[in-house]
Amino acid sequence: MSKTNTSSYLNWPLEIYKIFAKNNLIQIAYVPDAGHKSLIEYCEKDDKMKMISLTTEEEGMGLLAGAWLGGDKGTVLMQSSGLGNCINALASITIACNFPLLMVITMRGEWNEFNPWQVPMGSSTEKVLSALNIVTTRCNYENEVTETVNAMLGLAYKSNCVTAVLLSQRLIGAKSFME
Amino acid sequence: MIKRRSAVYELLKNRKDTIVINGLGGTCWDVASLGDNDLNFNVWGGMGNACMIGLGLALAQPHQKIIVITGDGEMLMGLGSLATIGVHSPKNLSIVVFDNELYGETGAQKTHTSKGVSLKDIAIGAGIKNSHLIYKLSELKAFSDNINKITNLTFLQIKISKDNGEMTLPIRDGSYLKNRFRNALLGEQSLYE
Repeated sequence: MSKTNTSSYLNWPLEIYKIFAKNNLIQIAYVPDAGHKSLIEYCEKDDKMKMISLTTEEEGMGLLAGAWLGGDKGTVLMQSSGLGNCINALASITIACNFPLLMVITMRGEWNEFNPWQVPMGSSTEKVLSALNIVTTRCNYENEVTETVNAMLGLAYKSNCVTAVLLSQRLIGAKSFME
Repeated sequence: MIKRRSAVYELLKNRKDTIVINGLGGTCWDVASLGDNDLNFNVWGGMGNACMIGLGLALAQPHQKIIVITGDGEMLMGLGSLATIGVHSPKNLSIVVFDNELYGETGAQKTHTSKGVSLKDIAIGAGIKNSHLIYKLSELKAFSDNINKITNLTFLQIKISKDNGEMTLPIRDGSYLKNRFRNALLGEQSLYE
């Protein structure tokens, strides 16, 4: 691999939080994932952000539609399996009404995955997004994250469309069940 | 038993600038039967999400009264959202379920509420203490008379008769509804964002 990140450790979850704060994202909806742990903690410490833990990712589609109707911006954090839980609401509300939405998706089911039950949804995530014509950008390396999240958030809110940032399992590290 | 059109009229007769999210199916036609309103958001898809649209709005606009009016089938598809809403308990949100114990748009198949499932009890279990099961118009009146006052998160399960009112179809285009709503609530400048 020629593009290996050789820079010193970059705190990319903090960089994502800073982009959220700078762009006045208020409603931060999430179903937790280990890969989102630090980002969720940064957002929780920000008094301006309303943290909405969801029972299923699908709820985030209605929530962020309502938020936008009321003038709030936001985002939904999920893992790749969560995308599967969203599809009808995503298509039939968010896309059908041209609501702006950024989804930040941590990837499972790739790059040294331990759990085979994660692979079918993880390996289909990009195809599912593509089938819905959702602009999707993958980050494999730390130094891609800031620019990508900034651009995908800008695209969603400037152009009233749905965008997805995929944070690869290579970036977040494969989950270990042995710790 | 309460007729659905009597229930919607009673609920919204003193509406003023209250926001109404119309859940898909019969309740969408019910709200439309009272006439169009820029602060209606007619939900035509994404079954199970009407209450979450209400929550997003309630958090964004804490001083605006918001009513979600939806059906038992639609509510049953989004039961988890009651837990999410219960956790946040926005004072300005009311959820009203018109419960005819059937899926009215697909051939009148029975829903779980016809077999003893209590949406009111589920709402209470989700932390929505102010939850009520209503059988009579006189019981509903106690709530509708205060519908414009911001009080507490409220959940009403209203048992309605199985007959439908005259079909009244509201505007369908989602992008138009969204922009019309934002223009009415947030002002014209919001369309330039």
